[in-house]
Amino acid sequence: MQRLRVRYAKRGRLRFTSHRDISRAVERAVRRAGIPVAYSAGFSPHPKISYAGAAPTGVASEAEYLEIGVTTPCDPAQVRQDLDESLPSGLDVLDVVEAGPGGLADRLEVSDWEVRLPGADRELAEVAVEKFLAAGTVEVERLTKKGPRRFDARQAVLGLTVSEGAERTAAQVHGGPCVILRMVVRHMTPAVRPDDVLTGLRLVADFAPPVPPEVTRLAQGPLDASTGALADPLDLDRDTTRGGEAGPAGEHVAG
Amino acid sequence: MPVESIFHRLEALLPKVQKPIQYVGGELNSTVKDWDSADVRWALMYPDAYEVGLPNQGVAILYEILNELPGTLAERTYAVWPDLEELMRAEGVPQFTVDAHRPVRAFDVLGVSFSTELGYTNLLTALDLAGIPMLAVDRGDDDPIVLAGGHAAFNPEPIADFLDAAVLGDGEQISIAISEVIREWKAEGRPGGRDELLMRLAESGGVYVPKFYDVEYHADGRIKRVAPNRADVPWRVHKHTVMDLDEWPYPKKPLVPLAETVHERFSVEIFRGCTRGCRFCQAGMITRPVRERSITTIGAMVDNGIKESGFNEVGLLSLSSADHSEIGEVAKGLADRYEGTNTSLSLPSTRVDAFNIDLANEFSRNGRRSGLTFAPEGGSERMRKVINKMVTEEDLIRTVTTAYSQGWRQVKLYFMCGLPTEQDEDVLGIADLAKKVIQAGREATGSRDIRCTVSIGGFVPKPHTPFQWAGQADHETVDRRLKALRDALRGDKNYGRAIGFRYHDGKPSIVEGLLSRGDRRVGAVIRNVWEDGGRFDGWSEHFSYERWMAAAEKAGIDVDWYTTREREENEVLPWDHLDAGLDREWLWQDWQEAISGGEVEDCRWTPCYDCGVCPTMGTEIQIGPTGRKLLPLTVV
Repeated sequence: MQRLRVRYAKRGRLRFTSHRDISRAVERAVRRAGIPVAYSAGFSPHPKISYAGAAPTGVASEAEYLEIGVTTPCDPAQVRQDLDESLPSGLDVLDVVEAGPGGLADRLEVSDWEVRLPGADRELAEVAVEKFLAAGTVEVERLTKKGPRRFDARQAVLGLTVSEGAERTAAQVHGGPCVILRMVVRHMTPAVRPDDVLTGLRLVADFAPPVPPEVTRLAQGPLDASTGALADPLDLDRDTTRGGEAGPAGEHVAG
Repeated sequence: MPVESIFHRLEALLPKVQKPIQYVGGELNSTVKDWDSADVRWALMYPDAYEVGLPNQGVAILYEILNELPGTLAERTYAVWPDLEELMRAEGVPQFTVDAHRPVRAFDVLGVSFSTELGYTNLLTALDLAGIPMLAVDRGDDDPIVLAGGHAAFNPEPIADFLDAAVLGDGEQISIAISEVIREWKAEGRPGGRDELLMRLAESGGVYVPKFYDVEYHADGRIKRVAPNRADVPWRVHKHTVMDLDEWPYPKKPLVPLAETVHERFSVEIFRGCTRGCRFCQAGMITRPVRERSITTIGAMVDNGIKESGFNEVGLLSLSSADHSEIGEVAKGLADRYEGTNTSLSLPSTRVDAFNIDLANEFSRNGRRSGLTFAPEGGSERMRKVINKMVTEEDLIRTVTTAYSQGWRQVKLYFMCGLPTEQDEDVLGIADLAKKVIQAGREATGSRDIRCTVSIGGFVPKPHTPFQWAGQADHETVDRRLKALRDALRGDKNYGRAIGFRYHDGKPSIVEGLLSRGDRRVGAVIRNVWEDGGRFDGWSEHFSYERWMAAAEKAGIDVDWYTTREREENEVLPWDHLDAGLDREWLWQDWQEAISGGEVEDCRWTPCYDCGVCPTMGTEIQIGPTGRKLLPLTVV
């Protein structure tokens, strides 16, 4: 069975889709696109589509990944086009390759997040980031389904920087420039999410943005040990299969 | 001038609410037109949560038809949950459409489809959030025409003060006609303002404008008469009937939601109307006559709908789907076509006497044999005669025996409690029936792994039915009978565990009854409830009986008078000036027949019994068979 690995984005207003919403939309899009998806055997057959580390509801992403099992070999470039056309605009297919050996989920070691904080004070943000990075551990608490859970939010953070840019979505409300945090965060258990890092910033320096942050995952993948850079997780597949050409990563649409 | 999207203001609120995806639109096959490309603009509302409203066929069909009409655009709006309502109020964000997030008040028409009366408070929330004056008389030329449709619009009197207009019956053609009247009036420079537009709509007799009718009352509270208060306004308003469903093959581009909704499938209405004559059933009375879609059109619609949507389930809808004259061919043709594609077929509303095992086998070929649902409605033979649901116990036992022996394990049975003339033993008869069903299943399969679920709802007398004169059972009686039934089911060691029992207490039915048969005076109760925080009354976690009773008391409304009181033949009913085509004398005669246990046959297969609809409305029964077959198509 051929397996196809898909990188897709969730953008703009469709960032409010939940993981379950996306899986329904993808199943329908696969049917509409006529992709010969394989089904599980048994009493209640399910299409063989698996998802790796989905971004939370409300968080936009340029780098989400899923894998589709197909019954007959498909041209990845054609699947990229057909699937993209069958999904609603805002769920955009960026890249499709034929899967090589090795699990995809294992390669998704690190995420690069962009967190826009409209109305936040840049100096306060810089002070908070400095304090956060200087701390050995920053214990935060998050409400999970099993109740409140405490864990360290510091150790997973490999990089955290402050810059400034334009507001992305709610711009008309506040206007002006906005503080942007870039976070490179290692995937761990329990997962440390941008929210948790923000909680950490509040704890170490009383830094609290005035409105909900606008979060986008820019990339996720393996960490290149020599350069410390984040690599494209599908490169390994491209190296081992001839089917997938290194297509463009898709337009990066703001807002 | 273009109308600004409010999305940026809404977007800031979305991270703080439950299931934000329901408010963002962007569904596959949704339509956003340029504001200035149209001169007639509709906001279509389903007055419940998105997850219930999106699959609604009525709104979906009108949305498509109006967007296809040149110079016309339609967008959708739904009830927002209280968490978002609170934030919208705090931030001054108005009621919006999900398509282009335009404020509802900017549209020419706010068309609201009422499947049930329990959406009335949600209408008031939407009006208030939109900044549209709640009372029709307070609205100005800049406010949309607030127009009600759907089954509940056959008695819109309780919400008459909040509506500018109401339309009875099928919406396809009349929504186009209304658009043209508005277009013409706007092109002429809106002569005479809002009142003239409403007059133009009312004159035709096809649109009900409540404020052009005065209601006079007797001293004892009964209605004396309902009369037009302007010349040129007709005494009665008539329902609309689409006569050739093959000419209206909608939905063509089914909306595919991102959020999870209550029906995740592509639905095709295989026929409209029902003449089985069940006396409790308002839908069966007000949608006459039966008009079938041909097997060929059904086949083409399913093929197109699956391709356009990517849904993996097809629902063949109607009031009693197994009654389609070519249902066997339809089922076989579709099952053949989708064999091996993981596309399943479903057939809601199957009558026990129309069910056959070949049909059920076709429908389960691509899916599971999990459960079958039947609705005998009445627990005793006598009760079923009263309601004219002519299903015998032998029919039921024979049907379930076949089903169980063919591999089905679970049968669901629907009943009603509180039917006219009902006695305790009629309801207790449900327990006997359920036990016989289990027994039949055990004998047929030799296994004890057999289940049956009894679902029971409170009966509410509805306008335009033979039971429109009946006294509704009080909730104490209903609750007492339900408790006795529960004890009878649970108390039997041999069967108790095999039978599931689902019921609601009788109180919500009383409120539904008040709203179903209410007159204009009931509007004050709805408003009081809304002001007291009443929202989403169709949801048990939001519904409050106490709130409704307090609101009625405050308005000086005697709830019993509207619900449990039996009406006399000559009493003027609040909806008598609204014509569903049914002959009032026939309805009364059928009510009398009900009390004496007389039965009425289906006029599709027996001579006409003069219910009045066809001659009054200029319609006729349209059924097959056409003799055609579904051709296999190449499917992906």
